[in-house]
Amino acid sequence: MDYVIIGNGTAAVACIEGIRSEDASGSIALISSENRHCYGRPLISYLLSGAIKAENADYRPRDFYQNNGVKTYLGKTVSRIAPNEKRVYLSDGASLEYGKLLIATGSRPFVPPMEGLESVKDRFTFMTFDDMEKLSRVLSPEKSALIIGAGLIGLKCAEGMYGSVKSITVVDMADRILPSVLNSDCSAMMQAMLSAKGINFILNDSAAKFEKNSVTLKSGKKLTFDILVTAVGVRPETSLAAEAGIEVDRGIVVNAKSETNIPDIYAAGDCSEGYDMSTGTKRVLAILPNAYMQGKCAGVNMAGGVSSFMNAVPLNAVGFFGWHVLTAGCYEGEAFEERTATTYKKLFVKEGRLVGFILLNDIQRAGIYTSLIREKTPLSEVDFELLKNAPQLLAFSKQARAAKLTRKV
Amino acid sequence: MKRIYVNESRCIGCRLCEWECVFANSGLDAMFKLKDLAAENFAPRIRVEGGEKAELNFAVNCRHCEKAICVQSCIAGALSKTGEGMVVIDDKKCVGCFTCVLVCPFGAIMPRADGKAAQKCMLCTDNIKGEPNCVKYCPNGAIVFEER
Repeated sequence: MDYVIIGNGTAAVACIEGIRSEDASGSIALISSENRHCYGRPLISYLLSGAIKAENADYRPRDFYQNNGVKTYLGKTVSRIAPNEKRVYLSDGASLEYGKLLIATGSRPFVPPMEGLESVKDRFTFMTFDDMEKLSRVLSPEKSALIIGAGLIGLKCAEGMYGSVKSITVVDMADRILPSVLNSDCSAMMQAMLSAKGINFILNDSAAKFEKNSVTLKSGKKLTFDILVTAVGVRPETSLAAEAGIEVDRGIVVNAKSETNIPDIYAAGDCSEGYDMSTGTKRVLAILPNAYMQGKCAGVNMAGGVSSFMNAVPLNAVGFFGWHVLTAGCYEGEAFEERTATTYKKLFVKEGRLVGFILLNDIQRAGIYTSLIREKTPLSEVDFELLKNAPQLLAFSKQARAAKLTRKV
Repeated sequence: MKRIYVNESRCIGCRLCEWECVFANSGLDAMFKLKDLAAENFAPRIRVEGGEKAELNFAVNCRHCEKAICVQSCIAGALSKTGEGMVVIDDKKCVGCFTCVLVCPFGAIMPRADGKAAQKCMLCTDNIKGEPNCVKYCPNGAIVFEER
């Protein structure tokens, strides 16, 4: 095979599209332990609630692999990468030779050691289509659910099962919900709305000991439950890479071309690190748009083209029960804040540039703000007073606007 | 591919394009029937910037970017490009996360009036008009549909 891709998520699909933008005929193989057509992974909470149907969850049309000449090995797991032989070995004993290899193994749920966890019968994680289906089968109106973790996964899971269980309680050791996405003010607004919906929160606390259908928290509080979801966090799936001698820090280390330290092996998406241009640091940015851009960049480079991905911006777009939060960048520097009972807007300015923002229920045209972060536009070049009021192209110079609106972009 | 371009020196901010857009996508047979539409349900896919009698006005709608960041960022695969290069949305697939709103540098994709999915200009190929209604009825030639 000219190209072998391990994984079938966003970065893998993007890699195929990147390869085919440069090379129409090279052979491509894709290996995935999930025996499914590619699907939008964040859609599992919408599938759980029934907001969308399974047939609409495909991330690309059903003929995607065929149209792109991709030989798929779905339901197959890679056991080993052998860089010296340029070969990957599958757990069923088969092997595939590669010209270029992409590792796009994504992330896996991180379940911290908790005493007695194995005694819990209905215990789930919430990362994959299979996880969602398993959870879906046990939901019932007389059951109560306990979710450990008030991050994006835990809360989207809560929304997904809302109405299908008797009660939902979310426990997090942080002092607020969505701690990695929101500051405390906006988090408090979101929590108040979710509490009003009937979701219970226990914060600054964590599970100390499970015993079948009950848990004792660190605080000594005792809870009973029927269904347990652990959503404490995720970790980059780096084990194959590490065992093959590829440099791994928090995620697989890649350069701007998505190359690892071993020739002809690339990595992209949640398993790898990216360059966060809002802070100028390398870190794992487990965010779908970045997975796409990094995967596409890898594919182009694997096929002999030239592509560089250096402007990853942390982004979050998340909604609960009709409330929407859009965030980008980092929350440092001088801040401008505006709030009403149900809306919140905070912009962060540092060294004359917009570096981050949080918008709750006031989200129209937010991408204009994001583009200022991504392009590192000096605020001296735009009318920031107008922009503080609302994102708009009027705030740009006549020339900049002409470039946006009178030419092909 | 023909795209929509605007000429700000010709725009008087009358917002007729917004009305023509809402009308085109309403399925109604006469524009005056939009009179009963509640203000919060008035959700055109083209937006005029600058207020009434402002020094400067211009309309903004989807640019159908060659490397559309909304398509790259869509978590559901609901946004895609046609062979000709038009950016289209499949609202059966859209879950209304609004990642696209978060990344569009033009502010040209927005929540649908019911808030449950995103909406965007598809050059009136998705309604009975078949060609951009905003362009057809702009009285000033401030919006054009052409190859550039």
